[in-house]
Amino acid sequence: MSYSADVVENRYRLRGEFHSIEPNQPIRNEAGRLCGVTNPRRLVHTHSYGGEYEFFSGIAEGRLIGTRCDNADCEVGYESVFMPFRIYCPDCLQRTTSVDLTEVANRTATVHSFMITERTGAFNTLEKPIKFINVEFEGVCTILMGYLLRGEPVIGDRVVPIFATEQPTYTILDLAWVPEGTDRSDLPKGFSFAK
Amino acid sequence: MITFSKQQLKTPRYLRDVYLVTGGNSEFRRAFPEKRTEELCIEALQEACDYINTTPQELKKHIHSCYYGHFADHFGDQLLGEAVIHDRLGLDPLGNVGIKTGGATGGSTLWEAAKAVASGYSDCVLAMGWERMDEVPTDEGNNYIACAADKDWETPLGHIYTGYYAVMAQRYWQIFGKEEESFRRTMAEIAVKNRGYACHNPFAQAPMKITVDDVLASPVVAFPLRALDCCLMSVGAACAILADEETAYALTDTPQLIYVTAGSHTLRVADRRHMKIPLLPNEEEGQYDDLGREFPGGDRYPGFTGFLAARMAAYYGYRMAGIRDPSEDLDLVELHDAFTISDIQTYEDVGIRPYGRGRTYVESGDCYHTNPNTNAPGRLPANLSGGLIGCMHSVGATGIMQTVECMYHLHGRHGEIHGDELRWERFDKQKPADWQDLQVEGANRALAISHAGVGSHVTATVVVNPDHRLDK
Repeated sequence: MSYSADVVENRYRLRGEFHSIEPNQPIRNEAGRLCGVTNPRRLVHTHSYGGEYEFFSGIAEGRLIGTRCDNADCEVGYESVFMPFRIYCPDCLQRTTSVDLTEVANRTATVHSFMITERTGAFNTLEKPIKFINVEFEGVCTILMGYLLRGEPVIGDRVVPIFATEQPTYTILDLAWVPEGTDRSDLPKGFSFAK
Repeated sequence: MITFSKQQLKTPRYLRDVYLVTGGNSEFRRAFPEKRTEELCIEALQEACDYINTTPQELKKHIHSCYYGHFADHFGDQLLGEAVIHDRLGLDPLGNVGIKTGGATGGSTLWEAAKAVASGYSDCVLAMGWERMDEVPTDEGNNYIACAADKDWETPLGHIYTGYYAVMAQRYWQIFGKEEESFRRTMAEIAVKNRGYACHNPFAQAPMKITVDDVLASPVVAFPLRALDCCLMSVGAACAILADEETAYALTDTPQLIYVTAGSHTLRVADRRHMKIPLLPNEEEGQYDDLGREFPGGDRYPGFTGFLAARMAAYYGYRMAGIRDPSEDLDLVELHDAFTISDIQTYEDVGIRPYGRGRTYVESGDCYHTNPNTNAPGRLPANLSGGLIGCMHSVGATGIMQTVECMYHLHGRHGEIHGDELRWERFDKQKPADWQDLQVEGANRALAISHAGVGSHVTATVVVNPDHRLDK
């Protein structure tokens, strides 16, 4: 099953194969009595990034785009820099300003916490074990979740972002992290440092 | 730094008292291949009726509106599952609504139900919760649960919700646990305790007699969490009937006051900005000024180590119910022990221990029915039902199950319900030869905490014997 979508006249247009149908099968207990049926299905979903498109197109191009509240009347959030990207300031609900945090990340990103896990849910595409890391940046009031693709995570260690620019998935998976000092030749296939 | 306005910190107030009249649980299991969800819901409602010597037919005459907690439509592949249950319970044409707040769904269902009575909209309501988690493979179940995280920023990362919480566990483990073996063993004690208490609960899914070493030898899920540190995936239902004073006393001689409050915090842990710790009535200004010196890294609040939503639910709930010190004023608690380490975090969020000192609640023996250090009754027993680790986590039902268990204690009927031979037989279980009545003697006030995932939603339910109320 393979399909794609684009937007035409403000509507999704789907192309390819989808909605394949399989018959239900009976489920019986040890005595052979009918208990239920299997419920096979394959669904098609599309999803809008809306105002966050800048972040997701940014990481596909090797840049890390966050946002900043520039509303001088905002009592709490004024000049707060957000990563994850927030379209609106959570305090004053004014539209934020996009800021390029690539250099800040290269220079200041450190591991705030981490977790290594062998277990995943269905549809996972990452290699196991997954090394989750939470990355904090100088001057940013929030802490971004991501995954480490080289080395072992240690709280407080410096990391730098790498980007799946070769064949981007246009998801959060296009952004990963490696320890500071990792050589370009040691990057995972398809990933590169910031441009 | 985020701050709150005076209006946001108002102590919640009901327009009239709300009473817990009765409640009931179904049996809980990993799977019920031969039962429909409605059968489990009716089982829970029948338990509630039996508890006050009435029948569903009679009880339904009093119900005016209905509140249904059911977290994940995906699991049952049935949108509007609430409408199915409402129909099967024969409660049409009463108004009903579905409530979804992740792991806190059960508590949130009580929250909505209580407000309906408090406002005068209804004099008697049904709060019913359930979850059907056995009709998809476990890895698909994990994917569905991960869909409760942010679908763009988190879910693609492994499709495993446990991982999104586990980074909080790691931070707590390193800062407040100091990566000490003794702390690791304290975590394991919680798993041993709760699975052990489940042995005395016929409703429970996973009773186990295990040791700390068994927990430490179980497979790593996400270090330092091991399989036996983690809660269950369950199927089952629980319900409660809430009412105003007149209706409550018409239905039973011993209704209990119920107060339900709620807090929240960002869905993504990533978005949690630094703030001042909101203080509970048993804490003092300046108390946490040295927290970062004693526990380096622990000065960022709530950071990854505290659950602001739990703190706020307690903040509102204690003030509403007149509780000054949970360890003094409460007789038992049912906490949301999704993981042993999150249980410890919650001890601090709800003020049973100060921030940084959660482990001492276990190590002192205070959290046990009988303190293993002194053989005296535990100061504030926790999760005598077995909790989420030993009894169940049938998500939409969990917060209600906990409240029903508290109710049994306040009525002094814990042994009657859990020791009933017929119930053990009906569930096709062998009552243990060493079955123990875990009744907390003289219990008059109890707290149940219902909690979603990384702490996006938390409710605090306080149940009080009216003769021992503290708010007046």
